[in-house]
Amino acid sequence: MPPSGPRAPESRHERELVVNACPPGWQNPTPGAPYHLLIIGAGPGGLMAARGAAALGVKVALIERHRLGGDSLNYGGVPSKAMIRTARLYADMRNASQYGAEPPADIRVDFLAAMERVRRIRARISRVDSAVRLVAEGIDLYFGTARFIGRDAVEVGGTRVRFRKALIATGSRPILPTIPGLVEAGFLTNETVFDLTVQPASLLVIGGGPLGCELAQAFSRFGTRTIIAHDEPLFLPKEERDAAQMVSEALARDGVEIHLNSTVVNVRVEGSRKVVEMVNDGNVATTAVDEILTGIGRVPAVQGLDLEAAGVAYDAAAGVHVDDFLRTSNPRIYAAGDVCLEHQFTDTADASARIVVHNALFLGRKKMSALTIPWCTYTDPEVAHVGMYVKEARQRRIPVKTFTVPMHDIDRAITDGEEDGFVKIHVREGTDTILGATIVARHAGEMINGISLAMVAKIGLRTVARVIHTYPTQAEAIKKAADAYTRTHRTPFFAWLWRTWLNR
Amino acid sequence: MLDRLQQAAFDYFVRTWNPQNGLIADTTRAGSPCSIATVGFALSAYPIAVERGWIERADAVQRSVEVMRFFRNSDQTGSRHATGYRGFYFHFLDMQSGARMWQSEVSLIDTALLLAGMLTAAAYFAAATPAEIELRELADALYRRVDWRWAQSEGSAVVHGWKPECGFLNYGWEGYSEAILLYVLGLGSPSHPLTEDSFEAWTLTYQWENLYGHDFLYAGPLFIHQFSHAWIDFRDIRDRFMREKDCDYFENSRRATYVQREYATRNPRSFTGYGEDCWGLSAGDGPSVEPQLVAGRRQAFYGYAARGVPWGPDDGTIAGTATLASLVFAPEIALPALRKLCAQATRDEDTPVRASGFNATAHAPGAKTWISQGEFGLDQGMIVLMIENYRSGLPWRLGRSCPYIRTGLRRAGFRGGWL
Repeated sequence: MPPSGPRAPESRHERELVVNACPPGWQNPTPGAPYHLLIIGAGPGGLMAARGAAALGVKVALIERHRLGGDSLNYGGVPSKAMIRTARLYADMRNASQYGAEPPADIRVDFLAAMERVRRIRARISRVDSAVRLVAEGIDLYFGTARFIGRDAVEVGGTRVRFRKALIATGSRPILPTIPGLVEAGFLTNETVFDLTVQPASLLVIGGGPLGCELAQAFSRFGTRTIIAHDEPLFLPKEERDAAQMVSEALARDGVEIHLNSTVVNVRVEGSRKVVEMVNDGNVATTAVDEILTGIGRVPAVQGLDLEAAGVAYDAAAGVHVDDFLRTSNPRIYAAGDVCLEHQFTDTADASARIVVHNALFLGRKKMSALTIPWCTYTDPEVAHVGMYVKEARQRRIPVKTFTVPMHDIDRAITDGEEDGFVKIHVREGTDTILGATIVARHAGEMINGISLAMVAKIGLRTVARVIHTYPTQAEAIKKAADAYTRTHRTPFFAWLWRTWLNR
Repeated sequence: MLDRLQQAAFDYFVRTWNPQNGLIADTTRAGSPCSIATVGFALSAYPIAVERGWIERADAVQRSVEVMRFFRNSDQTGSRHATGYRGFYFHFLDMQSGARMWQSEVSLIDTALLLAGMLTAAAYFAAATPAEIELRELADALYRRVDWRWAQSEGSAVVHGWKPECGFLNYGWEGYSEAILLYVLGLGSPSHPLTEDSFEAWTLTYQWENLYGHDFLYAGPLFIHQFSHAWIDFRDIRDRFMREKDCDYFENSRRATYVQREYATRNPRSFTGYGEDCWGLSAGDGPSVEPQLVAGRRQAFYGYAARGVPWGPDDGTIAGTATLASLVFAPEIALPALRKLCAQATRDEDTPVRASGFNATAHAPGAKTWISQGEFGLDQGMIVLMIENYRSGLPWRLGRSCPYIRTGLRRAGFRGGWL
């Protein structure tokens, strides 16, 4: 049964989005000779590959089941960030006195306006990847559900479309929890929550992963009584403890009711409300809410593709099986993005699609494992990470040392009143080689890019220390970490030489 | 000052002792249950009290035997109202009946603190008298009864605890902590030892950090750097991790102490009183008052919490006991801080040190400071043991003489020094 929830409201912006991303009455092209590259899925990965290949004169088919832009544009990064920005503004208004300003006398949340802005931004961004533009760039665009009917062909809308090479970029779909009574009570997912037009008075978020934390904080800042239930002792299980703890504290500061180590076991409807039972260490707690949002993760979208017909190996949990060159068990067919990768991010889908274009069309040998992949959770403060975690390094027996700089030591963070957080850069001990980094800061997602650049360019902390960082900026924390490295890596000979010089 | 503080702290174990079963209350507050960890501290404090002439040896032996008899005879079925399970014990017990209180968990770390006390008493009361022989036999039997292997519920990792209502708790030991004592005792068992890979699995979660110019094995709250050191002399002995870092856990605690002072000096949240002679963020009581405006920010207050450096939580509360327990690691900065804490007193000059928390920020109008009411057994135990380690090293000597601790350290990979 599909998740319940609001339908997208009819609006000027929604109409524009539909025209751009899923034009009514679209006529699919008539296929001729086999396409050089056929792409299933027009999310960030599929779009990138289609554009990249078409620009090189390659004959490309792009097939989309629903809307161009995929999850990121329609249900993911774009709408959530637009909503988070408005929520952050409300939080700043309430905290105005922290900045020496008078808080507005009456802060009234206009939820409808906030969501209208979300839809306006979504429609605006959809213009860049509109169906009309893609066709103008030489891409044969099909709308419909694709399924493989052989090792070199798919069927879409009853039409057989052949290919020399194919890319599966169907992305992922939300995991629907199997909690007794939840389906009957109705719930929101990331695919429906941005269509809300009425602010829920209360909301239970199930799952403390990135999306769950982001939206729990945003709704709480809008004034919704928000509860988050997570079945682990800390949010963001992949992140390091200090980062996860800071997110937990930030959510609590914003008024989110936190139920860690708690499992939702039952939902029932009483009147117009949903009554939820949660279990923590054997103790049962009950709460009533108006809406429930699931944020428990995503699974690869492999259903309905008839991958068996193409000889493509897969499983429901890990998705399409690929090698390091992103090739599937059928050498004609590749995969990219959420459907085959552990890291389900827009930027990773884009980067993996670039690898596929290179490897599929130009006999390339680019490896997925060579990529340096950063990611960010857009809570306030944000949590961004790149490379290895300390635990991973230690499990691989790599000696690791972390240079830690609290944001409360950074002048710009102090002037901005954004002191919660840190920069932690992990290096191979005894060298300045950066293994990874975690940043917790209000703009961690922006700051991490400097470290990603250093890692890709194989620039060590010694060199980072020589780079003049603009003052005052929050990115100065990275420079301070590098400075700490240089202070601790003066050799005994250098120290002796220095003392001798001073005492001459 | 130290003599006065130490004797006053020991007096806690006399005042909160139940002569019927030897149990010790968790706090001096009305209705307080027994904390098994506090019993462990009492058992460790009795030898010190004998040495200092505060109680008679026979009295100390009798108190020790009595409480160990209670644990030997206690309900070990793990039922909702039992005292323990598989040789471990529920964290909080009824002072009279010894039954589980507050739906508490079978606690591994608190059982370890209790056992450390039993083994300390057994190491000290070494005479060939019937009472002291019984004491040693009881300690040995209770230690051997613990089924450490059971606590490795999944793979090599050791759980935090267990409840009859839900089984093993969904927490593991992640990052450096006071659990090093637990691992040493678990590895040293001749009957049901932890597997050797358990310690290795735990230390893989360590983080070696450079913070405020100090390289150290990171942990935020100060008690983490102190509790195991009450019994185990970590000077000059090193496990694999510390050999790799050319450090030892004692030196690490010294650095952690300096990090604490540096944090208080920088005082990023502008709390009243923090400075180079006022530091010590750790687990303890704190004010539970409404949020106040501090340096333009809305500051919440957390009550009882494990406060830490530099990520908090921090609400301006200093744990005087943690400052004091730093004596052994960095007396040059701990003593001036202790003198300053004593000078803050509004009544008894020891109160700011012996109380569970001290907060000069969250004070009521007209009052100078907020000070936690009553006394907590863990704090008093740490005061007695760490002052003694500073003065004579007796608890460390007793720990060094314990074959189980030596075995546990060796199986954890410790080498060198006195080992």
